[in-house]
Amino acid sequence: MRWEWVARNTGQLAEATLDHVALTAVAVAIGFALSFLLSVLIHRRRGLGGPITGIAGVLYTIPSLALFAFLVPFTGLTFLSAQIGLVSYTLLILIRNIVAGLNGVPADVREAADGMGYGRTRRFVSVELPLALPLIVAGLRIATVTTIGLVMVATVIGQGGLGNVMVRGFSFRNDTAVYTGAVLIVVLAIVVDLLLAGLGRLVTPWARTRGG
Amino acid sequence: MSNAPSRAATVEFRHVTKRYDERAKGNPAAVNDLSIEVPAGRICVLVGPSGCGKTTSLKMVNRLIEPTSGQIVIDGVDASTREVTELRRGIGYVIQQVGLFPHQTIGQNVATVPRLLGWPKARQRERAEELLATVGLEPARYRDRYPSQLSGGERQRVGVARALAADPPIMLMDEPFGAVDPIVRERLQNEFLRLQEELAKTILFVTHDIDEAIKMGDLVAVMQVGGTLAQFGTPAEILASPASEFVARFVGADRGLKRLSLSRVRDLPLQPLITARPGEDCALARQRALADPFPYLLLVDDRSRPIGWIRDADIPATGTLTEALAVPMSPLLNRRTTLKDALSMLLDADVQAGIVVDRAGAVVGLVTVDMIADRMRDTAGENRFGPLEPDAQEDDAAPTGEGPDGPVDTLAPPEPVEA
Repeated sequence: MRWEWVARNTGQLAEATLDHVALTAVAVAIGFALSFLLSVLIHRRRGLGGPITGIAGVLYTIPSLALFAFLVPFTGLTFLSAQIGLVSYTLLILIRNIVAGLNGVPADVREAADGMGYGRTRRFVSVELPLALPLIVAGLRIATVTTIGLVMVATVIGQGGLGNVMVRGFSFRNDTAVYTGAVLIVVLAIVVDLLLAGLGRLVTPWARTRGG
Repeated sequence: MSNAPSRAATVEFRHVTKRYDERAKGNPAAVNDLSIEVPAGRICVLVGPSGCGKTTSLKMVNRLIEPTSGQIVIDGVDASTREVTELRRGIGYVIQQVGLFPHQTIGQNVATVPRLLGWPKARQRERAEELLATVGLEPARYRDRYPSQLSGGERQRVGVARALAADPPIMLMDEPFGAVDPIVRERLQNEFLRLQEELAKTILFVTHDIDEAIKMGDLVAVMQVGGTLAQFGTPAEILASPASEFVARFVGADRGLKRLSLSRVRDLPLQPLITARPGEDCALARQRALADPFPYLLLVDDRSRPIGWIRDADIPATGTLTEALAVPMSPLLNRRTTLKDALSMLLDADVQAGIVVDRAGAVVGLVTVDMIADRMRDTAGENRFGPLEPDAQEDDAAPTGEGPDGPVDTLAPPEPVEA
């Protein structure tokens, strides 16, 4: 471990970390938006649940290296290629959790809401969605941490963020670079996960008081 | 607004039928040609075994379920012609599982319909607090809690408060007290009946429990599997003359006893009794006691609250009365005690008479087992169905509502419980 290397390359490491965060954030944001729309569709039309999660499941099973390699002839060594791959992997996790969250709203709560004169949209926004939040946040955490790991793989198409630091370390037999990249990825994953967990607690105050 | 007089509405089922699957072979109906009319301000209980269509009938009123044919008319207006969310906001809805919103505080839960109706925030809050107090939950203590922090009974109360929030003329209650233990249920029932005396809402109440139906209902609609109405009438009518074998079996072989639960101690002319206070002169007390046919004297304290019995023969010839002379008392009843409970208490204590006291605990009179038995005979109706109770077999029963002739002089003495 050569600390002077780390000191000399702080700028580069910071840049790689920011790249990593950006790749992750964009992928999770797009993935979440898509998953949310698809989940609402499934929630409204149960029959769509099978086909949609089926397709998301197939995408999820494609090995990540193979998927990136497959995309290159079409979209090149680009940010877009990286995003297509990363977003694909978030879908299954997010859709499953959002749908489970919405389905988990107790039937009596839904019936009471209907009986008191909630319209469908209003019921969704102010009753079902808040109650689905704990599971939605849980899905978001898994998807985000998974994506942070996968971004590293996108190095093969030149978009790897901290992955690049590690790969370069391997090529130049620079152990310090390898370890630094690895540690930063792990720290990033843990910090982001804790932040999301905190956010989850913040938006679900009722879930903290059980039995209190 | 909350002090505005409560409106109530009539609810009328006109030939209402519900079939879940129109094409199904045999096409069984969940509700079959139901026609009943619930007058404004009354509690109508829909009762029957599971699968009799009682809940389906209830849910057709707020259109959670749409009838296949027939009409439900609320205050002269066909419910199907009204905008559905607006209709529902004007009908209180209480269900067994309560269905409180777990993510909202109790205050927010109660203010649900006012919020939907767009009341100003301050008025929503004010109304929520007022209603929490109405159902016996201290607003300051409960307002900011979440439903998961409440007991089952407390949640049920919040459910009732929430249904009352916008002062709806109609309440639908689907087994509202079904999920709490019997002691809490009894208390909630009593509180709700007291509340209804002030509110005078039109209430449709679903239960499978005939005892609850008799207790809660001004009117009872007994339904049977296949969604047909077996009988519609007052609890007394249904107990006294079941319209069919099914109703007779459903209300149970003990309907003579159940009928007793419809009358209360205050419906009986109480038997007077001789009382005396400690310190009174024995000779005078004895003289008064012997002048009365009842062979016991009741020792009471300075506020007329009972202390214990003294047998006339045991009163000393001289000296003054003391508490040591008194033997343990009969059960204490009040005017609201049902005759069924009164009889049960007397049998439990193995005595012939119970002491009736007022709110302050002061003696007002006696109720005896014989008086209750007479009452049972007097109110016995025809018994065309099912096994007859021995007491109800007399066909020369006096007209209902007339008190017993009170054969005071032939009363057996109370048998004080051995300590």
